[in-house]
Amino acid sequence: MSQTTADTDLHDLSEVRDWVDLLKPRVISLVVLTGVCGLLVAPGPLHPVLALAAVLCIALGAGAAGAINMWYDRDIDAQMKRTAQRPIPAGRIAPGGALAYGVSLAVASVIIMGLATNWVAAGILALSIGFYVFVYTVWLKRRTSQNIVIGGAAGAFPPVIGWAAVTGDVTLEPLLLFAIIFFWTPPHFWALSLFAHADYERVGVPMLPVTHGAKETRKQVLVYTLVLLPLTLAPWVLGFAGWLYGLAALGLGAEFLRQAIAVYRDAQDEAGRSLTKDAPAKKCFRYSLSYLGLLFIALAVDHLILA
Amino acid sequence: MTLETVEMTPEQRAAFDRRRRHKNWAVLFVLVALVVLFFFISTAKVLRG
Repeated sequence: MSQTTADTDLHDLSEVRDWVDLLKPRVISLVVLTGVCGLLVAPGPLHPVLALAAVLCIALGAGAAGAINMWYDRDIDAQMKRTAQRPIPAGRIAPGGALAYGVSLAVASVIIMGLATNWVAAGILALSIGFYVFVYTVWLKRRTSQNIVIGGAAGAFPPVIGWAAVTGDVTLEPLLLFAIIFFWTPPHFWALSLFAHADYERVGVPMLPVTHGAKETRKQVLVYTLVLLPLTLAPWVLGFAGWLYGLAALGLGAEFLRQAIAVYRDAQDEAGRSLTKDAPAKKCFRYSLSYLGLLFIALAVDHLILA
Repeated sequence: MTLETVEMTPEQRAAFDRRRRHKNWAVLFVLVALVVLFFFISTAKVLRG
């Protein structure tokens, strides 16, 4: 193979990767995991092909919302170190193409979800995409420090969608799963914003460390973790999940609390700036990802073994 | 009305053709995937009754 052909093939591969990156694949993985758990713990059967179609639609819907978010935020992404190399700000994908891609995927995912399962699940999927794009990205993100608290609801929908795909309705159980992700989002995002606040400050996004300082953010990480932990035990206490999930929630939660306390007690100067380069916040952010994944896996395993 | 044409070097033409060919393949792939998906969804729904 000539050098030119090899270069061309590599270029083509990286172009494909750019279109995949527009969908925020790392976010999708957690969305799919929580959506699958919603499907698995819901009462009643769902044909495996229809379940697969539902999971595909949840993934496509989340990816579509991510692509539209990247299209809208391309101006600030270009100025932030963490996002400057994304396909649109780096000039590898045209903004118009990214928007068309996101909207097409969003419409397709909702229609296919409706045809494959039911229109309740499709409606909630449409609501979650609309919430992420219009409520979080367009309305809240650049206006209030509570952006990720309210906007976090968008990421909490997948288990509800999974549940609705099987049952066609929404009851207390999926709403509990919604609440768990809803209260997990602030400590997760604020841990990230503690060590990425310079980026947010530069582009004027009012994340909590920018508007209220690092000290207050550390306190809020701890407060939301304290609210989250009893909530994660609720499925066990209410008899919706068994002892396996309960033990996992206790163990994983204890470690999350330990990490949140470490963030709160991080060595800092008078102004609250970390003297450890936010090492505890970085650790807490990484752990929060594993935490949510493992918690939902424990719920699914508990249901499959004990049910 | 006159149509304006853009002169391309052979290299630009080759790159343009390659991009268009890949886009066509991508569209074909998506269409086939949708046909397969709808076939299986319909079959599953019919079997479920």
